[in-house]
Amino acid sequence: MSHIPASDSPPDSPSTQIVASAKAGPGTRLVRALVPALPFIWLLIFFLTPFIIVFKMSLSEPATAQPPYVPVIDWSEGLNGLLDALSQFNFENFTLLTDDWLYAASALSSLRIAAISTILLLLVGFPMAYAMAKAPEKHKPLLLMMVILPFWTSFLIRVYAWIGILKPEGLLNMVLQGIGVIDQPLQILNTDTAIFIGVVYSYLPFMVLPLYATLDKLDWTLLEAAQDLGCPPWRAFWQVTVPLALPGIAAGALLCFIPIVGEYVIPELLGGPDSLMIGKTLSDEFFRNRDWPLASAVAVVLLIIVIGPVMIFRELETRRLEKSR
Amino acid sequence: MTRRWTLFDTTALTFGFAFLYLPLLVLVVYSFNDSRLLNVWGGFSTRWYVELWNDKVLLTALRNSLGIALFSAAIATFFGTLAALALVRYTRFWGRPLFTGMVYAPMVMPEVVTGLSLLLFFVSINAERGFWTVTLAHTSFTMCYVAVVVQSRLVAFDRTLEEAAQDLGCPPLRTFFTITLPLIAPSVLAGFLLAFTLSLDDVVIASFVTGPGTSTLPIEIFNKARRGLSPEINALSSLILLVVTVAVVTSSLLSKRALIPAR
Amino acid sequence: MTNVRTDARKRDSLAIGAVRRDFAPWLDPAAKPLIRYEAVTKQYSDFVAVNNLTLNIYEREFFCLLGPSGCGKTTLMRMLAGFEEPTAGRILLGDQVVSGIPPYRRPVNMMFQSYALFPHMNVEKNIAFGLVQDGVPKNEIADRVAETLRLVQLTPFARRKPDQLSGGQRQRVALARALIKRPKVLLLDEPLGALDKKLRSETQFELMDLQVNLGMTFLVVTHDQEEAMVMADRVAVMDKGTIKQIAPPGQVYEQPASRYVAEFIGDVNIIEGKIAEVGEHQVRVTRSDGAGTLLIDLQNEPVSVGQEVAVALRPEKLVLHRDLPTDTPNVLSGDIWDIGYLGDWTIYLVQLASGQIVRVSRANSRRFVEQPLTWDDKVHITFASEAGVLLTH
Repeated sequence: MSHIPASDSPPDSPSTQIVASAKAGPGTRLVRALVPALPFIWLLIFFLTPFIIVFKMSLSEPATAQPPYVPVIDWSEGLNGLLDALSQFNFENFTLLTDDWLYAASALSSLRIAAISTILLLLVGFPMAYAMAKAPEKHKPLLLMMVILPFWTSFLIRVYAWIGILKPEGLLNMVLQGIGVIDQPLQILNTDTAIFIGVVYSYLPFMVLPLYATLDKLDWTLLEAAQDLGCPPWRAFWQVTVPLALPGIAAGALLCFIPIVGEYVIPELLGGPDSLMIGKTLSDEFFRNRDWPLASAVAVVLLIIVIGPVMIFRELETRRLEKSR
Repeated sequence: MTRRWTLFDTTALTFGFAFLYLPLLVLVVYSFNDSRLLNVWGGFSTRWYVELWNDKVLLTALRNSLGIALFSAAIATFFGTLAALALVRYTRFWGRPLFTGMVYAPMVMPEVVTGLSLLLFFVSINAERGFWTVTLAHTSFTMCYVAVVVQSRLVAFDRTLEEAAQDLGCPPLRTFFTITLPLIAPSVLAGFLLAFTLSLDDVVIASFVTGPGTSTLPIEIFNKARRGLSPEINALSSLILLVVTVAVVTSSLLSKRALIPAR
Repeated sequence: MTNVRTDARKRDSLAIGAVRRDFAPWLDPAAKPLIRYEAVTKQYSDFVAVNNLTLNIYEREFFCLLGPSGCGKTTLMRMLAGFEEPTAGRILLGDQVVSGIPPYRRPVNMMFQSYALFPHMNVEKNIAFGLVQDGVPKNEIADRVAETLRLVQLTPFARRKPDQLSGGQRQRVALARALIKRPKVLLLDEPLGALDKKLRSETQFELMDLQVNLGMTFLVVTHDQEEAMVMADRVAVMDKGTIKQIAPPGQVYEQPASRYVAEFIGDVNIIEGKIAEVGEHQVRVTRSDGAGTLLIDLQNEPVSVGQEVAVALRPEKLVLHRDLPTDTPNVLSGDIWDIGYLGDWTIYLVQLASGQIVRVSRANSRRFVEQPLTWDDKVHITFASEAGVLLTH
């Protein structure tokens, strides 16, 4: 090897000791273990435990004390307390839920409002997302920001803004009366219509963004290919664009539907006394009637309602992630 | 590639954005109306802003809200980033399915359920309800959003960068701080801002878990809004809109400027 | 064929030929390998990436692992870098078994296929990174970075971020960053894969110069046979986790050890047959298509009468004739089925009576030919007995 003249100091000959053998130290291993452990413990305490308590509470008896319920499990008795509790679970709250039409009606009404709102959101959101995706590349960041901006402003304020518009003496009625469409002010505020308007308004960015994300990636030459093969634009839209946008449509619809079912602020501010939504029912049971066990039972029902759409959404997300990998 | 732009597209965007922005504009205009009544224009006035400034209750609530948002967002960013790392980098550990479920669940949990469950939890451990219970409650749901935001960046992260660092003699922990963290920093910051905003905006969970004496700005706004319109709230809303708009526009301009020399 | 840069300034340090002409430590039984893979196996849950593989690489060697994607060549390299641990067997660097040593403690550096440049650091910081990890004093780092920047001709770009560089510049940053620590072995994973064709052929020669001048050991993984042929002292042709042949490029091309190697490197025509008689220096092979016999030089490997063999023929070793020549034992007759004109070469595809297509390439040594061969012309292909390679597996 010596016949090779090196321009620089040659590497040590292979026979010399090269490296010091070493494995990861105990410190590194501890840090490595803490990464999942810390958030795990946090979630166990602040998510799972409260969740279990709600379950337990939904099986308790109401009481007029502070706190206004009789604990089902006496934690001080340990395992015996738990076993004791299991023998005397009280399904009274759930019987109450099924007996009283109010709860069933509010659950159904929530689903109905969420479903109609989701369809309305699609009708408003799809053309917007479609137009944004078609817009010149240089305008896209601005358009995107204009959709996102309301999302960063307060949800509460955006719902509140509609009170002034929808009131009998509000802006909408003023305008409609002014141009002579109607003689008497319309009663929109405190009706389901107001809820629909508020929901569509508040959730529009959640619908537009996933739709835009899918449509923006759409290969427009596919539409040209469809037309080249004799497919008129309108049919190409239904046979090419919509099927390809389906993941975005599903994501947008579920992203809106799920939280709308449990919505509380919008029906409280814009809805009327007979606008039934399960989130509002839960709050009323809790704050007005101070029936914590019954409120917990409603919470359990609400969770059961949203779990289906959530499972579908999760399935779609994992499929999307797998595809993108 | 760009497609032919039609009248339909223009209409969709015009009406869509009008729908998104007109109500906010109306709110701002009302805030300068001297009259308390909606259908009467009493002339331009800033009196509601002055009243707002003198409203001790609202100012205290604002201070609470900012404090809660700051603390909860900071804690949420810490735990959320760790959770994201766990989700992406730790393919196998005890209880991983449960962990994954718990990270995603709070995002789809109806707010009323989250609020109720956390309240029952705080009652059962006899915690004194107020500033800290709201902060903890906010952390517990915003950390999931941080986790998702950071996770999406980590999934796209080029692991060969870490391998390159190690190949050049950098131990794993140092690699995390010199390579990984600086590169995912934008998503960590985005997660923080999202957590901050969500906390600042929350009314439902805060209503459940707060105690007497501690009120947040959204709770105050909500209580006034439930009683109908309040010119003071119009003024407050206008201010919030102003702050948010300035912040969002500035940050997008800054990030754009950061991008330009890269081209 | 390739556009060789004749840059006199770059050649003044060393005459590359003087070094590479006599360099063959693998022929010396006393030479001690720098890298030793001893019966290494790497098994993933569902497949075997590297299968019981033994390989020696010598100091200052420019060694290429060549094979299709998924053949295990990258796994082999990553095990040396420390990103994968062998399932069985051991890897030695010098006298030391490297298993269990984390990548950041191994005296090898790698140039990644994606370059893996740190996007948040400028060129200078990227190159300095390895030295910073070792706690080298600041002024020494500055000197060595400046020197390395000069070496790869990137001095004016020291302050740029990776995304402000061209592909070729990024490639040189990655190279500079990997070699600044003067590793025992420099690992290069598809080093030229992301460059365009022209830049690639220039860079090949630059890499060779660099390797000789720095006196380093280079281990290159590539799927590009031209890259391997041009640069390497020795090439290992890999398939499905095993090595099919290790030899200098010329030998791999002219004396392929198996049909796989013959077909993987360059173009080849395979004529199937059976040994009819074995002479002292030559064998007669009866063609399976029944169109006569071929006379082929005997190679190292012993063959026996009746054995099934394949005769490998490189297209450039075949000669085309319009009229049947009489003075040669080896004739394949057919029609011109297709012609591909490449400028420097013309490829003729000749269909034999059996239907087999034989590829013949002819250098276009003259600008004009009076009666060029054209489609459907009857032609006869001849070749010398030493042109054919007998392959038994």
